Amino acid sequence: MSNTPSPEARARYWRKNLCWLGGLLSVWFIVSYGCGILFVDQLDKIRIPGTGFKLGFWFAQQGSIYVFLCLIAIYVLVMNRLDRELLGGEGDDA
Amino acid sequence: MLDNMFLAQMDPVQGWTLGIALVTFTVYIGIAIWAKAKSTKEFYIAGKGVPSLANGMATAADWMSAASFISMAGIISVVGRDGSMYLMGWTGGYVLLALLLAPYLRRFGKYTVPDFIGDRYYSSSARIVAVVCAIFVSFTYVCGQMQGVGIVFSRFLKVDQDHGVMIGMGLVFFYAVMGGMKGITYTQVAQYCVLIFAFTVPAIFIAIQMTGNPIPQFGFGAEHQASGEFLLDRLDGISRELGFGAYTEGSKGTLDLFCITAALMLGTAGLPHVIVRFYTVKKVKDARSSALWALFFIAILYTAAPAVAVFARTNLLDTVAGKKYSEMPPWFKNWEETGLLKFEDKNKDGVIQYTGKTEKNKDRKPADLAMNELTVNRDIMVLANPEIANLPNWVVGLVAAGGLAAALSTAAGLLLVISTAVAHDLVKKTFNPKLSEKKELLVARIAAGGAVMVAGYFGIHPPDYVAAVVAFAFGLAASSFFPAIILGIFWKRANIYGVITGMVVGIGFTAAYIIYFKFGGLMAKIGITSPANEADNWLFGISPEGIGAIGMIINFILAIGISLATKPPPSEVQDLVDRVRFPRKAFKEED
Repeated sequence: MSNTPSPEARARYWRKNLCWLGGLLSVWFIVSYGCGILFVDQLDKIRIPGTGFKLGFWFAQQGSIYVFLCLIAIYVLVMNRLDRELLGGEGDDA
Repeated sequence: MLDNMFLAQMDPVQGWTLGIALVTFTVYIGIAIWAKAKSTKEFYIAGKGVPSLANGMATAADWMSAASFISMAGIISVVGRDGSMYLMGWTGGYVLLALLLAPYLRRFGKYTVPDFIGDRYYSSSARIVAVVCAIFVSFTYVCGQMQGVGIVFSRFLKVDQDHGVMIGMGLVFFYAVMGGMKGITYTQVAQYCVLIFAFTVPAIFIAIQMTGNPIPQFGFGAEHQASGEFLLDRLDGISRELGFGAYTEGSKGTLDLFCITAALMLGTAGLPHVIVRFYTVKKVKDARSSALWALFFIAILYTAAPAVAVFARTNLLDTVAGKKYSEMPPWFKNWEETGLLKFEDKNKDGVIQYTGKTEKNKDRKPADLAMNELTVNRDIMVLANPEIANLPNWVVGLVAAGGLAAALSTAAGLLLVISTAVAHDLVKKTFNPKLSEKKELLVARIAAGGAVMVAGYFGIHPPDYVAAVVAFAFGLAASSFFPAIILGIFWKRANIYGVITGMVVGIGFTAAYIIYFKFGGLMAKIGITSPANEADNWLFGISPEGIGAIGMIINFILAIGISLATKPPPSEVQDLVDRVRFPRKAFKEED
């Protein structure tokens, strides 16, 4: 059994969590609202080579969803690691 | 004898539909009997024993309603690129759920969203505000689902729509009342399998037919085999020629598109029947991974839908526009009978003139519009797609079973939220805290039964504006729950005064704006004349569908401002927030 983590360790855990949240949500915003809505017309001037997709259209109807999946996957891995760091090897949070 | 006559009257499509529907219904009922709930914990949150993969599938089925399955691809095929607001809006919310809500609410561990709001804001009036919102949001939604069941029954089996609703009610009644959350979860897993199979099989068939690429997601970016052009270029070309405007260009205002997408995302993250699914898993980390699974399973349909939209639109324009009415294939006449396809030969030349009648085409001339002779209901795009593409009869039957699975699974999830809100949040927590476990379970079952009846009634006698009412549900969830929960977790200083004011004003503003523009008849009764529901009259050009995003911002500003101006919450509450933020073991506790 590990010891109860110190208040400093907890503060560090929470700070790291917030940093990751900020980073991942920025990507979330840029990809969906940025590429899919705000700059879609500019991106539509580019075509994905070898396909009929204009880039903005692709982001709006396909790409954003793939990126959402990646973001959640990264967060799952990061938080499992942060939990282990905080609890010293046992990330089992009931 | 009677049976024989009935069977003799059925065409092969109906036979397949009936057969597949019966098999799937038997499976759902079998699962419900196997997973009967024995305690309130099992009834409300499936005893916290659902593995994250299964929970992901159940969440996906819960989330994808009749509208996602039947209508969404059709809407996209009409609005083109702007359809992205539904695609991104209804998936992006899962990022917020996984990162900001699900793990913390699961760690809090009580049964419902009102539980969290009541405890975090130390007040039963906060709890009641939340309960009322949860019940209202869920009811508006469930009526649409029941109607969806009726529509599928009436179109494919020629059963009267009202009887269709009743069959659906009976089925949901059986497995929701008996199995509770546990029964619903495992039937939803089965329903997900049925609906995703039913959606992707025709999509793959058509993708191969049109592009030679079996993966629809790639296929709609590939070359159209018949013409050798890229499929999207070809569709853009025909659409422009017929006066619909290019398919891959948008027509909505950027701010409006932005706000609608935001309202749908935040609404998704605030809908009680989605949130409660994350209470059912074993561990906090399972809440995160089941959000990942849920989005994965949802994405399979949501990335295929825009492809189906393109295939169906191209097929329809190629088959119908400018062709002779007398040479139309049989499906055309079948769907004409249902009234979903209407042809009126205005210039009496026997040729179907199908021309730009979409909002996209702003500079269309009145004469062009008058020339259009074909009205296509958007639901046809998914329901008739297999017939239009000449796919085998069993595929058509499969699509009907998929539509039923989508509607039933969502209805069951919503009904459970309503029964939990009544039995747990109102009866047990507010009126009679001494209620025994056994009695509470009985109350929950009665409430679920009652909710099925009410939903069935509204399915048979739908309120005038079903679509308008669904927009309402998202706007309300976005402008009420989302800020209250986020502030509750991430800002210890948030207190009851700020949050209640924020919720009430946020909902009030959103509801007033929607009613003002969408329910003109209602407004006229109280002596107010609403202006036309169009962009020139809207606030900053934001449509009622997107106003929930503004309601949410108002909610946040008020909640933060008023919390800062009043006294901080008591220290027990700050302690509760810490417990939600950190793993249980950080406090040397087991669950």
